[in-house]
Amino acid sequence: MPISRSEVLQGTLDLLVLKTLDSMGPMHGFGIALRIQQVSEDLLQLNQGTLYPALLRLEQRGWITSKWGVSENNRRAKYYSLVRAGRRQLEEEAENWGRMSAMINRVLRTS
Amino acid sequence: MRELFRMFCRRLVALFGRRRLEDDLDEELRSHLDMAVELNCRKGMSREDARREALKGFGGIEQTKEIYREQRGLPVIETTLQDLRFGFRMLRRSPGFSLLAILCLTLGIGANAAVFSWVEGILFRPYPLVTHQEQLLAITGTARGEAGPTGISWPDILDLQRSCTLVDSFIVTKIMGTTLSIGDRAEVTTGSIVSANYFEAIGVHPILGRGFAAGEDSGRNAHPVTVISYQLWKGRFKGDTQIIGKTQRLNNVVHTIVGVAPEGFYGTFVGWAMQFWVPASMEETFEAGGYKLEDRGARWIESYARLKPGVTPAQAQQEISAVAKRLETDYPTTNRGRGIKLWPLWQTPFNNANTLLPTLEIMFVVVVFVLLIACANVGNLLLVRSFARRHEMTVRLAIGAGRGRLLKQLFTEGLILSAFGAGGGLLVAHWCRHALVLLFPARGGVAMHLPGEIDWRVLALSAGVCVMATLLLGLVPAMQTRKIDLAGALKSDSAGVVGGSGRAWIRSSLVVVQVSLSFVLLVGAGLLLQSLKKIRNTSPGFSTHEVLDTAVNLTAAGYDAQRAQSFQDELLERVKALPGVESAAFGRMTPLSYGSYSSTPIAVDGYRPPPEEQPIVEYNEVGPNYFATMGIPLMSGREFKRADDEKAALVAVVNETMAAKYWRGKNPIGERVQVKGQWMQVVGVAKDSKYESVREAPKPFFYVPLRQNFSRGAGLFIRTRLSPETMAMALAREVHALDGNLAIFEVITLQEQVDRSTSPQQVAVTLVGVLGGLALLLAAIGLYGVMSYAVSQSTRELGLRMALGAGASNLWRLVLSRGLALTAGGVLLGATVAIGLTRLLGNLLYKVSPHDPLAFGSAFVVMTIAALAACFLPAWRATRTDPARALRE
Repeated sequence: MPISRSEVLQGTLDLLVLKTLDSMGPMHGFGIALRIQQVSEDLLQLNQGTLYPALLRLEQRGWITSKWGVSENNRRAKYYSLVRAGRRQLEEEAENWGRMSAMINRVLRTS
Repeated sequence: MRELFRMFCRRLVALFGRRRLEDDLDEELRSHLDMAVELNCRKGMSREDARREALKGFGGIEQTKEIYREQRGLPVIETTLQDLRFGFRMLRRSPGFSLLAILCLTLGIGANAAVFSWVEGILFRPYPLVTHQEQLLAITGTARGEAGPTGISWPDILDLQRSCTLVDSFIVTKIMGTTLSIGDRAEVTTGSIVSANYFEAIGVHPILGRGFAAGEDSGRNAHPVTVISYQLWKGRFKGDTQIIGKTQRLNNVVHTIVGVAPEGFYGTFVGWAMQFWVPASMEETFEAGGYKLEDRGARWIESYARLKPGVTPAQAQQEISAVAKRLETDYPTTNRGRGIKLWPLWQTPFNNANTLLPTLEIMFVVVVFVLLIACANVGNLLLVRSFARRHEMTVRLAIGAGRGRLLKQLFTEGLILSAFGAGGGLLVAHWCRHALVLLFPARGGVAMHLPGEIDWRVLALSAGVCVMATLLLGLVPAMQTRKIDLAGALKSDSAGVVGGSGRAWIRSSLVVVQVSLSFVLLVGAGLLLQSLKKIRNTSPGFSTHEVLDTAVNLTAAGYDAQRAQSFQDELLERVKALPGVESAAFGRMTPLSYGSYSSTPIAVDGYRPPPEEQPIVEYNEVGPNYFATMGIPLMSGREFKRADDEKAALVAVVNETMAAKYWRGKNPIGERVQVKGQWMQVVGVAKDSKYESVREAPKPFFYVPLRQNFSRGAGLFIRTRLSPETMAMALAREVHALDGNLAIFEVITLQEQVDRSTSPQQVAVTLVGVLGGLALLLAAIGLYGVMSYAVSQSTRELGLRMALGAGASNLWRLVLSRGLALTAGGVLLGATVAIGLTRLLGNLLYKVSPHDPLAFGSAFVVMTIAALAACFLPAWRATRTDPARALRE
């Protein structure tokens, strides 16, 4: 069963975006959306539009930067890339996430 | 944390260049969709389907943009800017309303800011240029069995200086006058005798020369140096830059000018501007009563203590009291029963802070009232407009504006109004900051100095008032929007009734509040006025007409006692010889003037004081014919004669109260009283009169002959029908003939002296009267507004009544009764509040009950007249309703 949109928490989306940019290098918004859908094997159905406020937020926090460029099909597109502070943030959040999910799993299994 | 700050900055930056950012966003989203469409096409969809599918995957474009925008900028600020722009446009559209509202608020806020600047400038930071005034406290002596504060002696001050560890410095200052003759102009000038640490301790540095050096305040007449004020330097010395080292005769002693005080420094005495300062070593030259620096019993000093940082007044008081206790045991003859007390600056007992305090307190209450009335008025205006804007509000609600957003809009408009009002108010306060001086007459040719000060505290208060006003103003229409219902609001509603309640209740209750507040002020003004009249009608116990009062300062001119005595004799002979003069006499103290009587512990044969009571009585030193000249009747015995001089037996005249208290109804004539260790024979009993204040209760008092207790500084009293001006010219001639270097003080009638002593009451009456009038005017405008609105909204009803046969008189009655009903409500409420509040006037009231029916009654009459006047025009307009047209509409 696909995960409905409302269940994608804000922080989770941020984490997904950061991870995507980390492993794929600079990408435009559409690419990021596509990539997240592919990796989650279409289980995560998010409104692609919600990505943009998230990207803006990450940029405002100084974790990613953006720059206009040209896509593989010769189309003007805004490319986002991870900066050092973003990478640090990603490591931290990933670790938090791991700890969190492990904890929740433990709770679920014991009770 | 840094991250959030960076985020805030970026969002702040994004408030500018919105056009470019918007284009950027458009292009990014377009590129996204294009790519999605292209991908879908490549998957084999038709162009149509590919587009639909892409849009579906994206979600709402406009919604995304909206969320994006909110994330990008700072929505709070953006909407506020929008509201401001819109608010300005709305206010510009009805300039009459805006102007009236801003005017009301300007008056309200201005009155508050002005009064606060006076309080700030006169009570809390009274001395311009003096540093750290919050650490400065006034300090006086106290005496067991005596209510008021006393001075402090120089040796006591030195002991305090040595023993107190919590006090940084004790500053001695004593106000005095001298005759300053520069060139051929002689005039009376005010100065201060100060301790050598004075300028250093208050942090004021002379702009030329120096302050006083340590040690210049010791040694009898050892340091004839002076620091002069900036005004004196600029005015009398023409700004001479070579002034330092030059000499000036002060009280006939040549002083070297060692410094010029900076501009704007007026010394440390609320109400007077000092012109020069001399060190305490020169005390004998300026003070009556001889050399006092080594006399622990001579309590002549007015003083301030500057606490060390972090020390509380209570801690300092504790330490000082301990020192005073020790002085009591060390020097029992002079210090038994004597304490030393600290006072906050605003309660300083020895200058005008003390007299102004109750007046300023009342003014504070009054201006808050005026502000509330102004706010109610503006609220009413806003309300009228909110009716006019119902349509706009309804439309905005209908197309989806949240009520919160509408409220914000309304509050923003209120803020614009009150911000303008606050700006105007500060201007008013700025213009009025020295206005308090206008209410006090200049005395003896020396201008009073009552500085208002507009500093950050005044600004903060005005901002606070502005915010409060905004809330009040926004609240009224806000309550109104709550009631808008979308369906009903489109119906026209000009079918109100004059007496109808309904929506009008807010406006009506605002008017009731206004009326009640101004009623309270009217009652206050009435009470003060009555009490002033009572004070004026109280006989001071001496003739107030046909007696003139002046003084020649012989101390100031450097006369010794012997020369002064012969001068006084000669002048008296010359004055008596003037045509139109009935009699004349000298006396040391002028009744009801600034200054203090001599006082002494007394002993009376056969009177045993209760334990713990040391009978201390005040007395005046007066010359022959004093009682006849002043018009104080003698109950028995005789008055002083020329023969009661230093060679004759010591005598005294006591007043009735003293006779009753110490001789218990026995005739005291021929009995003895001990004054300062010497026995005197009582030769007369004088009727009680007023000595220090018209409002004082009868108290024991006695008189001794001036010759037997000589003082060079004495008032001259002249019984004559001549006017003060004529007398002044004649006197100046006589004095000049005797000594060209002498100047006379102002010549005034004793009535004038009495009036001046009641100036705090007069100022209170003037201020409460003026502000009460203003409040009445505002309330009348409010009532007028409500009534004329009610009439304009009920033309149909009025037309109907007329068509059914109501005559003009019925309509008059209808409108007036409605107006009077509101007024009656206000008066009732106001009377209740007034009964609780007038007790505040206690200090200023004299022989008038705070619940005086006459004051309440006249306030009622005035209010009713104002209400009738306010309703007159609306009622007249009601009678002019054209029934045919009103019914057709």
